[in-house]
Amino acid sequence: MSAEAVLQTETVGKRNEHLYFALRNPKVAIGMSVVLLLLLAGLVGPLFISADPMEYIGPKSEAPSADYWFGTTYFGQDVFAQFVHGLRSSYLVGALGGGIAFVIGLTVGFTAGYRGGLVDEFLNMITNVVLVLPALAVLIVISSYLEVRGVVTQAVIIGLFSWPWVARAVRAQTFTLRNRDYVDLARLTGKRAPQIIMREIMPNMASYLLMSMILLFGGAILFAAMLDFIGLGPSNAVSLGTMMQQSMAWSSLHLGTWWWFVPPGLAITAIVGALYITNVGLDEVFNPKLREM
Amino acid sequence: MALQVEDLRVHYRTTKGDVHALDGVSFSLEDGEIVGLAGESGCGKTTLGKSLIRLDGRMRHVGGSAVLDGDELPIGDDRAMNARRWKEVSIIPQYSMSALNPTRKIGKMTAELLRARGKSYRSLKGELVRRLELVGLSEKVLDNYPIELSGGMKQRVVMVLSTLLDPSLLIADEVTSALDVTNQKAVAETLVKFRDMGFVKSMIVVTHDLSLVYQIADTIMVMYAGRIVEKSPAETIIKAPKHPYTKALIGALPEVGLEYGDERLKSIPGKPPHLLEPPTGCRFRDRCPLASEECFQEPPKVVVDEGHEVACWKAEV
Amino acid sequence: MGRYFRRKLLIYGLTFVIAVSINFAVPRLMPGDPVARMLTRNSVSNPESSEAMRSYFDNVFGFDVPVWQQYLNYWAALFKGDLGVSVYAFPASVSSVVLDALPYTLALLLPSILLSWVVGNALGAKAARNKLLDNGVLPIGYILTAVPYMWLAILLAWLFGIILGWFPVAGGYSFALTPNFSWPFIVDLLHHWVLPFLSLFIVALGGWAIGMRNLVIYELESDYSNYLQALGAPTRLIRRYAFRNAVLPQITGLALQLGVVVGGALVTEVVFAYPGLGSLLLNAVTNQDFFLLQGILLFIVIGVLLFNFLADVVYVLVDPRTRLGLEGGQS
Repeated sequence: MSAEAVLQTETVGKRNEHLYFALRNPKVAIGMSVVLLLLLAGLVGPLFISADPMEYIGPKSEAPSADYWFGTTYFGQDVFAQFVHGLRSSYLVGALGGGIAFVIGLTVGFTAGYRGGLVDEFLNMITNVVLVLPALAVLIVISSYLEVRGVVTQAVIIGLFSWPWVARAVRAQTFTLRNRDYVDLARLTGKRAPQIIMREIMPNMASYLLMSMILLFGGAILFAAMLDFIGLGPSNAVSLGTMMQQSMAWSSLHLGTWWWFVPPGLAITAIVGALYITNVGLDEVFNPKLREM
Repeated sequence: MALQVEDLRVHYRTTKGDVHALDGVSFSLEDGEIVGLAGESGCGKTTLGKSLIRLDGRMRHVGGSAVLDGDELPIGDDRAMNARRWKEVSIIPQYSMSALNPTRKIGKMTAELLRARGKSYRSLKGELVRRLELVGLSEKVLDNYPIELSGGMKQRVVMVLSTLLDPSLLIADEVTSALDVTNQKAVAETLVKFRDMGFVKSMIVVTHDLSLVYQIADTIMVMYAGRIVEKSPAETIIKAPKHPYTKALIGALPEVGLEYGDERLKSIPGKPPHLLEPPTGCRFRDRCPLASEECFQEPPKVVVDEGHEVACWKAEV
Repeated sequence: MGRYFRRKLLIYGLTFVIAVSINFAVPRLMPGDPVARMLTRNSVSNPESSEAMRSYFDNVFGFDVPVWQQYLNYWAALFKGDLGVSVYAFPASVSSVVLDALPYTLALLLPSILLSWVVGNALGAKAARNKLLDNGVLPIGYILTAVPYMWLAILLAWLFGIILGWFPVAGGYSFALTPNFSWPFIVDLLHHWVLPFLSLFIVALGGWAIGMRNLVIYELESDYSNYLQALGAPTRLIRRYAFRNAVLPQITGLALQLGVVVGGALVTEVVFAYPGLGSLLLNAVTNQDFFLLQGILLFIVIGVLLFNFLADVVYVLVDPRTRLGLEGGQS
């Protein structure tokens, strides 16, 4: 019992240490600040600006000014209003799509890695199939058949097709962990598989899981933007991708209304880039070897 | 005298400060001598082995010198050391199983390495094959990728490769820890054979396994917390240890302990001190059953017998 | 080795079957009746095409036969190369429309994928041993992997096309010219090709550079590098080994990234109205030309699978571990 107590205080100490280094790591600090700042803009912005970003409220194709911070569209819509609403959709797609992919990847990976045998063969086969399937093309076909498309539906279908690499990595790690002494011990004491996975295996790859979640989040945002750009975005909402699509459709390039297409792309780049940089920082936090270099 | 190490100090850089991994180590090695270097993990034995051939990125040479065959080894100067590596000082690393490039055939890798060091593979190949056969490998392994060999075979290839240029000093770093008992014995015997056949002049065998090193070493050095606490002929260390730490270490040894008859296995209570700020005086003090007032002072180096040195206040001459 | 390829082929075969099945199932599972919707929509605008659609539809999709029969009919039509008739390009068949667009997409994709892989790997390997370069390559690389393909395409079109006016921003060649094998036409073709190519090339570059950098650093810290260093091997030799071993996972990475790059090519083509599969796809989507859409998907899947197989073959040729069949079993 005392050994267990020691072990537990050690993991707690380790967690605190990680948090300490995470907050002091400049990459994590900068990355998270950018992500949170834009999230805040997406959450708070729409409360202060017109509720309907599609509303025609001002002069057409006007450059950014004090009244319209990001200028107006070809139809006289407020680009800033669309921008903050678009941020909201992007975060929603990222969280939901990434979250779904994460849950599927985790479930498949843990089951395959822990059970092994035929179950593993089968799940591994499915994983490999979805891995080589060109996801965007499949998503395009599926979304184009949907008569009404929403942010949530989009997130769900993105989640359904972007989990395989997580499953693969989780499976591989579970393989190496499942034969460790403490897992054997837990099995001998009669704990059931889900409990062992949650209590004994998952905590030992927590850092890795956190980092994959971040990557999935960013990936879902990029995926959604591409779908939106082909014209398969949500039919009832504004997103950063549809903004770019609309600006191209109404010859923004030739009219020189750059304020219509620069902010959405920049925001996506900033969010996803900041997520990646946070991940590099987290890697340094979790791998002390990198920290010391 | 093959090797003369004087007051060697090597620090490890960490975020928390410098760890004094080697804190004033002095010893010498005769031609043809095999010395076993023993101690608990973290006592600095691997650092000592590494510092004689290649400091890794976080190690810093702080002071002291090592003279090999009359020439000083430029320990702190990676570039200058390069000319001496393999030809004069060589190592059989702890990780022999993964020491070979997995995507090169062994022969090709050896050839490329030799060429890069200005040696001719063609003129050395005969000797290489002869030595491979000596350790029970056929010439064919040169046409194999490492993955085609068993762990024991890879270990033997590395042993032959490391000593191919007949170095003066060979460091064998925990070479047996990854092997099973039969292989351990074979490897130990091969090391002795290499010395006897003149492939290497002298050898430092770094290990935590006293019972193994006892079988092959002429001399044994025991390290504790960055310092050498006792050095003596192998027999003496086992039969008549003087330092309380050595005694405890022998006591913790099942196989050799049995020779004592009723001497039972006992582990040493406590942990070695942190080497960030090493304590003054004797470093074993806190765990030592004999510790007294004088142990707060630096212990003297006592010569108890010919070739038997102990750093302890309690060592009676 | 045989086992390795059998396994791979099984996966690719299965993937193909699943892709075809998705194509078959999606129209039937969607709420409402999208095919009928498409037909009614077109019978108003283009009665002729509607008629052709109707006959193909009855033949393959006929609802009067059981589902499994529909499924078999679908495969049978597929093996005859019959993907239906395009609505938007009526009366051309889907296969011919796709085959017309394919060369443009390949001309963009293949050079940009291979070049970005080669240049990215070289850059990453250099960054791994040069702190100064690394400080530049790493952040730029991460930003590039975060850039949406179409946004960089838009920015390039805006900067080099509109503001500087160096390159055209729309089409595969000038409307004034008819395709032929003359110098002016080829030059014009290249002129239109530069920006979309550059766009794809740049975005993909970052990922390869970062990947290679990390892999080389990992290899340089590996046991065999340490051993070589202890034996006094020159840095040159150690780096050569590290580079060679780091390239191997990048080959697998190339195959795995392909799906993403193809997606990138599609949206990039849309930006530049480049007459490849991407623009075709956009037309199919806006015209609700489902057969064309599915035909494009099928071609993309086949292309990706072929490329994957090619990467497997290359991998086996360069990595002795797989070639020896000792580690190649698991994929």
